Amino acid sequence: MIDVYLSGVIGTTGAEPLDAVLDLVSALLLVLGGFLSLAAAIGLMRFPDALARLHAATKPQILGLIAIVVAIALSVRSWQALLLLIPVVVLQVLTAPISAHMVGRAGYRTGTYNPDGLTADELAPDLDDAQRVFVEPAPELGGRRLPSDDDQARSRRDDEGRGAL
Amino acid sequence: METATTVLLWVAGLLLATTAVLCLWRVIVGPSILDRMIASDVILTTLMLVVGAEMAINSHTRTVPLMVILAGTAIFGTVAVSRFVTKPIEASEAPSVAGAEDRP
Repeated sequence: MIDVYLSGVIGTTGAEPLDAVLDLVSALLLVLGGFLSLAAAIGLMRFPDALARLHAATKPQILGLIAIVVAIALSVRSWQALLLLIPVVVLQVLTAPISAHMVGRAGYRTGTYNPDGLTADELAPDLDDAQRVFVEPAPELGGRRLPSDDDQARSRRDDEGRGAL
Repeated sequence: METATTVLLWVAGLLLATTAVLCLWRVIVGPSILDRMIASDVILTTLMLVVGAEMAINSHTRTVPLMVILAGTAIFGTVAVSRFVTKPIEASEAPSVAGAEDRP
């Protein structure tokens, strides 16, 4: 009898309003995720070149995903669920920059960007340096000369340049 | 479920669906392979968000493994494609092997 009374009290005044609030917050976070996703889509439609579109595309990948994951955790309300969801965010945070870097690298090297929009281009001198070595004629077989100090210094600098690619 | 919550869930669903359609349009019109790659990446992210939103709405965690696998493997397609993207070769700058023009 007392149990029924207590559970009734807890059920009507304690838990249900909290449940409703958590559901509402969860729904709000879903809308935030959807909004960030739509922002990326609008950026994809309106931005002029691949590198600018890349910038827009990263919005839902991290913040949108975190919003959705928090929404799931608020909706399910268990620590186990939270433990299951952490790897999703961790994996995404680890891998999204790598793919963005590769796309940005390819975008720079194929020239699918507007150079007027750049404030600084630190890669161009290094690329020029590295390119110059690639078109130099290879030494003839048998006719090799010993590398001078100047050559060694240049090759060191070229290695650094190539490392920056 | 509260009316406000239901309305918000419909709004979130509409936003995600609009995203998928717009990104599909970007995949179709291009113009470059990188634009298509970025757009398909966003479609994949939207798919993850949709799977997650379904879990949040129905309060279960059965499709979390799907999200983990998508988060971990989405990188491979992008990296593989962008690794092999090359500049379109114009007639004036025909490909030249290093030092080829100096050989007889």
